[in-house]
Amino acid sequence: MTPDLIIERIKNRHAGAVLSTKVEFGEGTVSIKRGSLLDVCRFLHNDPELYFDFITDICSVDFIGQEERFEVVYHFYSVRHNHRIRIKARAPENDAAIDSLCPIWKGADWLEREVYDLMGINFIGHPDMRRILMPEDFAGHPLRKDYPTEGRGERSTFDFIPDID
Amino acid sequence: MGVLERQFEENVLTTTVDAMVNWARKSSIWPMTFGLACCAIEMMAVTVPRYDIARLGAEVFRATPRQSDLMIVAGTLTRKMASVLRQVYDQMPEPRYVIAMGTCATSGGIFNTYSVVQGVDQIVPVDVFVPGCPPRPEALIHGIITLQKKIEKQKFLRK
Repeated sequence: MTPDLIIERIKNRHAGAVLSTKVEFGEGTVSIKRGSLLDVCRFLHNDPELYFDFITDICSVDFIGQEERFEVVYHFYSVRHNHRIRIKARAPENDAAIDSLCPIWKGADWLEREVYDLMGINFIGHPDMRRILMPEDFAGHPLRKDYPTEGRGERSTFDFIPDID
Repeated sequence: MGVLERQFEENVLTTTVDAMVNWARKSSIWPMTFGLACCAIEMMAVTVPRYDIARLGAEVFRATPRQSDLMIVAGTLTRKMASVLRQVYDQMPEPRYVIAMGTCATSGGIFNTYSVVQGVDQIVPVDVFVPGCPPRPEALIHGIITLQKKIEKQKFLRK
């Protein structure tokens, strides 16, 4: 299926959820409302014509200063039909949370943990919402644009060193 | 003159306990494998016959800190690995020595980022810093010789 046809099919089924669509370089992108993410994704996964059975990646973008600061980007692939789609959804800073896709794709587990670890976006309904890359006692989310790039910071705080006179 | 003058048979050598202990320690530095990044490849290279660290008595790389005297921190130390490094160092028997091998272990190097420790001297006391990215095996051998000279000057019984 071409990206145009995939977008058309999503629009027909979830017209109220789609905010904008775009096709560039042969890749389709659909921006959707945050609340309807689970519905749209379940449709992507279950529909026999689309059948996106593989979640390639989950990323996130920090648009600091904008009203809806965080954007979560999902890449899906269908092994059966050999086609791809990109889904985007936004979340504001004071409520940086989005529904987890773990009930649909098991592979979303670690990808969502990575986004949570580095960007600080919570995934509602995730079975194991812990850090995956940074140490467990790390406080900040280092890929946010307001995380300091200079200074000693958290990389130079070591609680485990015993006090020696 | 002295009490001990002309009291021994031929082929008897006299020395101080300090000199003998230091000679024994410096001639058999057992390093521990602590390769963290590409520097570890150069650290392995010093053991092969071309560079032959066995000439310094330091060829016995141990996989456990409990049997080693020297920790060669070879590579980039991340914040997550820092507690492990400290734990391993604490398990080494004294006297113990640390070589910070390469720019990353010395100062963080090019990795001025949120996750990289900017120098292992924040975690453990370092005896010798070996510069280079990565240091050639000759540089590490020079570092070990420098450490040997440092051990020679240690005081064991003297105040």
